[in-house]
Amino acid sequence: MKLRSRHLLGIEGLDRSEILTILDQARTFREVLDRTIPIVPALRGRTVVNLFFESSTRTATSFSLAASRLSCGCVNFSKATSSVSKGETLLDTARNIEAMGVDGIIIRHQSPGAPHFLSRHVKAFVVNAGDGAHEHPTQALLDAHTLREKLGSLDGKRVLIVGDIAHSRVARSNLLCFTKLGAKVAVCGPPTMIPPDVEQYGCKVFYRLDRILHEVDVVNMLRVQQERITSSSFPTVREYRALYGLTVERLEKLAPEVVVTHPGPVNWGVEMDFDVAEFSRALVLPQVTNGVAVRMAVLFLLAGGDAQADKAG
Amino acid sequence: MKAENKDRLLLRGGTVVDPQKQTTRRADVLVVGGCIEKVETSIPAAEGTEVLDCRGKHIAPGFVDMHCHLREPGREDEETIASGTAAALAGGFTRVCPMPNTEPAVDTEAQVRYQTRRAVEAGFARVHPVGCCTKARHGKELAEIGSMVEAGAVAFSDDGSPVSDAQVMRRVLEYCKAFDVPVISHCEVRELVEGYANEGRVSTRLGLKAGPDVAESAQAARDVLLAEFTRARLHIAHVSARATVDIVRWAKARGVQVTAETCPHYFTLTEDALASFDANYKVNPPLRSGDDRRAVVAGLADGTIDVIATDHAPHLKGEKDAEFDAAPPGIIGFETAFSLGYEKLVLGRVLSLADYVARLTVVPRRILNLPAAAVTAGSEAELVVLDLKAEWKYEPSGVLSLSRNSPFLGSTMRGRVSAVLLGERLFRL
Repeated sequence: MKLRSRHLLGIEGLDRSEILTILDQARTFREVLDRTIPIVPALRGRTVVNLFFESSTRTATSFSLAASRLSCGCVNFSKATSSVSKGETLLDTARNIEAMGVDGIIIRHQSPGAPHFLSRHVKAFVVNAGDGAHEHPTQALLDAHTLREKLGSLDGKRVLIVGDIAHSRVARSNLLCFTKLGAKVAVCGPPTMIPPDVEQYGCKVFYRLDRILHEVDVVNMLRVQQERITSSSFPTVREYRALYGLTVERLEKLAPEVVVTHPGPVNWGVEMDFDVAEFSRALVLPQVTNGVAVRMAVLFLLAGGDAQADKAG
Repeated sequence: MKAENKDRLLLRGGTVVDPQKQTTRRADVLVVGGCIEKVETSIPAAEGTEVLDCRGKHIAPGFVDMHCHLREPGREDEETIASGTAAALAGGFTRVCPMPNTEPAVDTEAQVRYQTRRAVEAGFARVHPVGCCTKARHGKELAEIGSMVEAGAVAFSDDGSPVSDAQVMRRVLEYCKAFDVPVISHCEVRELVEGYANEGRVSTRLGLKAGPDVAESAQAARDVLLAEFTRARLHIAHVSARATVDIVRWAKARGVQVTAETCPHYFTLTEDALASFDANYKVNPPLRSGDDRRAVVAGLADGTIDVIATDHAPHLKGEKDAEFDAAPPGIIGFETAFSLGYEKLVLGRVLSLADYVARLTVVPRRILNLPAAAVTAGSEAELVVLDLKAEWKYEPSGVLSLSRNSPFLGSTMRGRVSAVLLGERLFRL
């Protein structure tokens, strides 16, 4: 089974069966990660580049690890050490890197559509690792993988995404991904953080967390970005935590099977209490582990790796 | 673009459009020494008279574009007054009004004279500069409006930026009354605008930084009220939103001296085009919803929106061939405006041909106090010959502007300007 597109630009372009193809492949690779020597030769001889114009530790590291677990070379490019500060454009940068010979470009960029733009100008396959407030497809896929691992299936499950929906690429990709997998999704946050016409994703909107929290199977918390704290999106961290924070008190009221996800990094003490990390239903760390497997699956499927190679090891 | 000099020219077999009387009639037009000598049903070609075959074509007064950007001085790599006025002429515009957001901004009489002189040297479309209403377009202190009027400026605007301070806007409106010149308002409440996608369904989907329609309409509301209070003349630039159309309609009903323009892209395209993240769809104000587009069309139909202007805004390929956020807003428009309007508005049965031509000729001339346009004996020849049956492909190789930033490249257009006559000079296109 192959994907229709040569690139992974967003969940937007994927249908349900393609998402399941990636997730099934990820399941195979997840098992590889538990081996004593967690590496397969599936993409031996290939090279990808992490082209990160925004700082990121976990996503860049996760892609690097995914590549190395597939025996695929991976080089890192970050804005701080590049010529971007010397006025080089995105197009220049990408063409120069491609000219050095890479099979795939993993891009994170602050501008929505930057991966789409890039995909029209390079021969390499392009993976969107986050473009502004638009999409973050591998995050959605790893969240879906983690939830399927825990809940079996997302069909009919009630997922609540809480926080800054307006500025969150994770929210958009998750809305698309979860609904394509059959979940019923709602979003919750202060009206200042809910974008116009968000109902187009087929979700319901709630402004008060306590009116909906008891009715869900999954709570998907989002990070509160520091710049929102100073831009009148909400008055104070204190009030945000009181109205929208996943406090231990709120967590303890939830049914035992309800699980909590967060794309990280968590602002502990803001959107989630420190102690939430201690609850086994908080899936923050399993999400990170699964991220490697999901990114292996994405690279493998896009690079057209040897399907039998993953059996070796 | 080359001009042929014609001492005696007979435009034979065409249909003359009179946008003033809103009529069309079959007539020949004889031009002698750059002046229209006769307009009659049938004029025999005397010896020494050249004949331009206009059978199947329409003859109208030259168009006026009251809103464009010629980039000179400052960004001659994007456009010059010579290249821009040639492109304008190719689109049927015999007079254009460049906005003053050049580098430096046009805020003195010397700069107004410079732009006008450069246009005369180039010999294509005439230029009637719009001067800054405040010094350096900073929105703080009045520019020398009176001196610029003396030098030939026809309107005043800080286009590209709003005049955010209401007291400054009030003073600008009041001061311009002394010269009977309109103030052109670029309506944009900057505090509400984070980027150049329309805030709504599409910006949500694409995660693009956006600005809401109310950023335009709220300022339009403020400005029509200030115009009412000061009894001054106000013109609203590039109307893109339903609410702005409603505000202008309301203000006109109250007797406010307000006029408004829109651009072909606002009645042709919608925000849905942004899904490609192609920066050639990035304009300011942004492309809005289908509902807004329909309201703009309705505003043109009932006369709420008076004028069609291009907002011709050249940018280099290197600037536009970038991620959406990084690219500057604006698209070129001279060479496509007539065809886009002809297809959407005339063939789309929104306006009659004569009414459509009026929005490009008599109406902007009236707003700007320019001499009336007419295809009548005794007036100077300033004519366009239109081939309404033509279908043509808009291709980069044919573009006369120095820039190529148009989302319409590659499209098939209907109706085109086939010739322009400026006095004795005939431009065949």
